[in-house]
Amino acid sequence: MWIVLGALVLGLAMGTVIPLSLPLAYGHYLSIAVLAALDTAFGGIRAYLEDRFDVGVFVTGFVSNTLLAGFFTFLGDRLGVELYYAALFALGVRVFNNLGVIRRDLMQDWKKRGGHKFSPEQRETQG
Amino acid sequence: MKRQSVLAIALVVAVTGMMLAYQVRIQRAAASSLPVQRSEVLVQNLQAVEKERDSLRDEVAQLRGQIAKSGAVSDQLSAVETQLEQARMAAGLEDVEGPGVIVTLDDSKRAPEKGQDPNVFLLHDDDLLKVVNELRDAGAEAISINGQRLVATSEIRCAGSTVSINNTRTAPPVDIRAIGDPAVLEAALRLRGGIAETLLFWGIQVDIKQQKLVVVPAYKGSLQPQYAKPAAGGAQ
Repeated sequence: MWIVLGALVLGLAMGTVIPLSLPLAYGHYLSIAVLAALDTAFGGIRAYLEDRFDVGVFVTGFVSNTLLAGFFTFLGDRLGVELYYAALFALGVRVFNNLGVIRRDLMQDWKKRGGHKFSPEQRETQG
Repeated sequence: MKRQSVLAIALVVAVTGMMLAYQVRIQRAAASSLPVQRSEVLVQNLQAVEKERDSLRDEVAQLRGQIAKSGAVSDQLSAVETQLEQARMAAGLEDVEGPGVIVTLDDSKRAPEKGQDPNVFLLHDDDLLKVVNELRDAGAEAISINGQRLVATSEIRCAGSTVSINNTRTAPPVDIRAIGDPAVLEAALRLRGGIAETLLFWGIQVDIKQQKLVVVPAYKGSLQPQYAKPAAGGAQ
């Protein structure tokens, strides 16, 4: 977990420091890419907690989600339909789903370790 | 296997973090460089500078008055004074009067039809330039536009919906006064295929009046050169 947090901090620092410049017109693409990356990151953490993490699935998921989201935005721009919102909605829902599952997984982990003092029935099943 | 998965997640999280921070930075930059904010600051600057310019203009007028008084003392200098007077007239530092024309120009009253460029029905800086050029060609000795005397450094430039002349903004209707042979001046403007005909074609209002007496005001700005000085060796 610490490695992941460290990576997050490192990424944030790099994003702040590196003097990249992207035309403002591409702001849409970057924001949807951010969301796709967030979705993949949370999905990966969830799979990791559930012990069914697969590097191949994870990496291809990251690349294909980001590219597909970008493609949707591009297509929407060309067609004059805000397909961008479709990607935004789908990814947003998934991020929240994954977050919910991660929260439950973490709580269960914690309870299993006996950290929770106010759930006697949990202790009973353990004991 | 475990180690590998953690590293993969870490990598993706790092990329995500980078994009996040970058996006936040872009958004902040976009918000702080809003054209609206910028233009507000510029307008304030402009107003301050214009106020300063007006007070300096008063000072110039005052100082010129003092020069005139002190210059009148000696009559040995009268020959030099005549020369100076002529130079001042040519430079646009004196109010001058004489026969000439008054040209009034205004935007077209005609409404542009569908698909027509509304710009061609408006009076532009280059229209004024063409009129002034024609008047000078016809021997105009002094020209003013809406009270701004045209001197060697005068500009006639588009400034949004206004025209900047001597760094002062003015808008149609435009009143151009020129001193010269009234008949020649008017004829020059009314040449077949000339400027008046072109403007009238688009419905721009052109009115040319020959006058026995036209008063052209003096240049009110400063002529103090900031960069130029007499060339030491003379021009080649």
